[in-house]
Amino acid sequence: MCLGIPGQLTEIFVEETLRMGKVRFSGVLRSVCLELVPDAVCGDFVLVHVGFALSRIGAEEAERLTALLDELARSEQAFATRPPGDA
Amino acid sequence: MSIPDDDDAACPLPYSDYDRVVLGHGSGGRLSHDLLEQVLFPALGLAAREPLEDQALLAPIVGRPALTTDAFVVRPLFFPGGDIGRLSVFGTVNDLAVGGAVPRDLALSFILEEGLSFETLLRVARSVARACVEARVRLVTGDTKVVERGKAEGLYITTSGVGVVAPGRELSVTRAAPGDVVLVSGTLGDHGIAVMVEREGIEIEGELLSDAAPLTGLVQAMLEVEPNIRCLRDPTRGGLASALNEIARASRVGIRLDELSIPIRPDVEGVCELLGLDPLYVACEGRLVAVVPRTSAERVLSAMRAHELGRNAAVIGEITSGPSGLVTERTRIGGERVVMMLAGEQLPRIC
Amino acid sequence: MKFVDEYRDSEAARRLSAAIAREVTRPWALMEVCGGQTHSIVRYGVDMLLPSSLELLHGPGCPVCVTPLETVDRAHAIAARPGLIFCSYGDMLRVPGSRGDLARAKSEGADVRIVYSPLDALTIARQNPTREVVFFAIGFETTAPANATVVELARSRGIKNFSALVSHVLVPPAITAILGASDNRVQGLLGPGHVCSVTGTREYLPLTKKYGVPIVVTGFEPVDLLEGVLRLVRLLERGEASVEVQYERAVRPEGNARSLELVERVFEVCDRKWRGIGSIPESGYRLRSEYHEQDAERRFDVASVETDEPTECISGQVLRGVKKPTECPAFATRCRPDRPLGATMVSSEGACAAYFHAGRLRAGVRSLPVAS
Repeated sequence: MCLGIPGQLTEIFVEETLRMGKVRFSGVLRSVCLELVPDAVCGDFVLVHVGFALSRIGAEEAERLTALLDELARSEQAFATRPPGDA
Repeated sequence: MSIPDDDDAACPLPYSDYDRVVLGHGSGGRLSHDLLEQVLFPALGLAAREPLEDQALLAPIVGRPALTTDAFVVRPLFFPGGDIGRLSVFGTVNDLAVGGAVPRDLALSFILEEGLSFETLLRVARSVARACVEARVRLVTGDTKVVERGKAEGLYITTSGVGVVAPGRELSVTRAAPGDVVLVSGTLGDHGIAVMVEREGIEIEGELLSDAAPLTGLVQAMLEVEPNIRCLRDPTRGGLASALNEIARASRVGIRLDELSIPIRPDVEGVCELLGLDPLYVACEGRLVAVVPRTSAERVLSAMRAHELGRNAAVIGEITSGPSGLVTERTRIGGERVVMMLAGEQLPRIC
Repeated sequence: MKFVDEYRDSEAARRLSAAIAREVTRPWALMEVCGGQTHSIVRYGVDMLLPSSLELLHGPGCPVCVTPLETVDRAHAIAARPGLIFCSYGDMLRVPGSRGDLARAKSEGADVRIVYSPLDALTIARQNPTREVVFFAIGFETTAPANATVVELARSRGIKNFSALVSHVLVPPAITAILGASDNRVQGLLGPGHVCSVTGTREYLPLTKKYGVPIVVTGFEPVDLLEGVLRLVRLLERGEASVEVQYERAVRPEGNARSLELVERVFEVCDRKWRGIGSIPESGYRLRSEYHEQDAERRFDVASVETDEPTECISGQVLRGVKKPTECPAFATRCRPDRPLGATMVSSEGACAAYFHAGRLRAGVRSLPVAS
């Protein structure tokens, strides 16, 4: 039930008063209910679970991850080149 | 012998008060006879036979005969890249081919549901005929039965095939040895997911076709480069995981796979991700997994890639000395998991 | 797959793993709450990238696993009613009740259908106006907004033949039960990513304060889990009990306002029994009385069924992180995915199923087994 998958919103339409969207996941398209994410627009990435988009996925995440990994690489480097005798 | 196109389905049938199968068609009497002579034989590309014999006499075999049989219950009957007819021919052909046999003669029996339209039956029969030509096998005998409505969901097919194994061929699941290399001929899971997509009405952007294909030519090309291939398997029900588990157990060896080396199409991966399926357990109908000696792995791989059915062939793992019977995978993050024998059905009715 | 592949990247995993190893100075016992997180750990071998001083305990976050036996039996009884169409997620079909599972009910003639969304069940109700249609609405807070939407739709559109058998469970009370138990070993929690994308993190602050246990709300991919562990380790090493969010891309501290509003309108908190754990006060949702027409429990008068739990099953202890699946005498022998004794072996998120499918057949989480 935790199975939430990120996909990209490619189309928005209304189906009998319900706000729906077409979400693309790696070449697969699914109709998804957008009622829970009224701010989502085409192009956004959303997290989808049991046929509903639960939240928008923050675009700034890519930078956050990169920054984290760079910082880890630096501290790894620092650790490796630390003077002998350090804990 | 010309094989009628599907377009001929629009032409009026040569005879018939019927446009669908009725119970009488299976009775062995006049109606049965007419079904065969007027409908099935032409569609299958067979000349009408009078009198009908109960058996086919085969040409003598030079070498060792190999025999196999398989039943086909796939739903839906038609799916992107294939249908039950095509599967029924290639499934049996491939079971022979992975034993190193050159398939030759095919027997086919239909179980038809009362009410099945002749149009559907003809479409399947023509597909069988085309598949036989593609696989270079001859349909030499067959049978037809009809069951009550609700008992066969359209139709089922059983095929048996005879092939010839050249002397000296020793392909066997028991022959894998530590140090050997595991190869696969192409992307995994295309067939099972293509059927699933059709059945569940899943929308995909590109085109995903079943990989159903006759593997005889590919196998022969590989054996030419390395006659001492240890074993071949076509990963049908249960997918790659099941085929490898069988090999590991029978040969009493370990198998170690590398997750990142296993070729899987992005759309197949996407569907699997969405439905919570593991692609290693999804059936293929035109792929093979090969265990070959390490010294010839590169040459065999080249031969596979030179063949149209092996363009995406890849090395996916190796045989180890143990633990015996265990198939493990180095996961893409550097961890490890065991690829277990499937307990239960992951995807029903895909072949 | 964007927002997936990056979180399965081997170099990212390696760097995080190396950082964890550098920063851990003593043993810690951590619990991942969600079944989806357990599944990912075992599927990718995330724990194999951790130093041996870190132990991962598996939590109760598998809604299929914790659905009470009484509810499963009630579902069977409802599904068996002639003419009724019973809709459920696939996993629930194989959960053992007192007398078989829904799959068996189906083979005996019940019209049981697998759906991937509550919307599918509503569509089935519209397509079959003369038949009763019941949707098995299980899940944590994650699925509650979807279920609330559908229940509301049924009411507003006058789809009179649709009702839901509700069995929602809530994470914070379960965490309270675990952390408050006398045999609790959990020192840090990897919090539930998707639950918090709905609820936000507000309810978790009092828990950290009360029990002194840091919580890092974490995603589900291997890199998410490793980052979550790193941040949890940092908090533990510093002696800091607070709530952080690793799964920032989907979780805002305030949650999803729209979802919370819908849930509040349709559901109310109630006591709930958790299979294998027992009754936890105020740990579930039920439909508010205004929605009694959509409430399958009120609509179908199903007499209390005698419920028997196979005594061999230790799901409860597995769900609280007290035992590992490998410590169950029936594990992988009498209890397997094709003949499960309990729900944790059925669900794709159950710890027992996760262990089985990844081949962790022997105790000692990091050692791979000899095949039987």
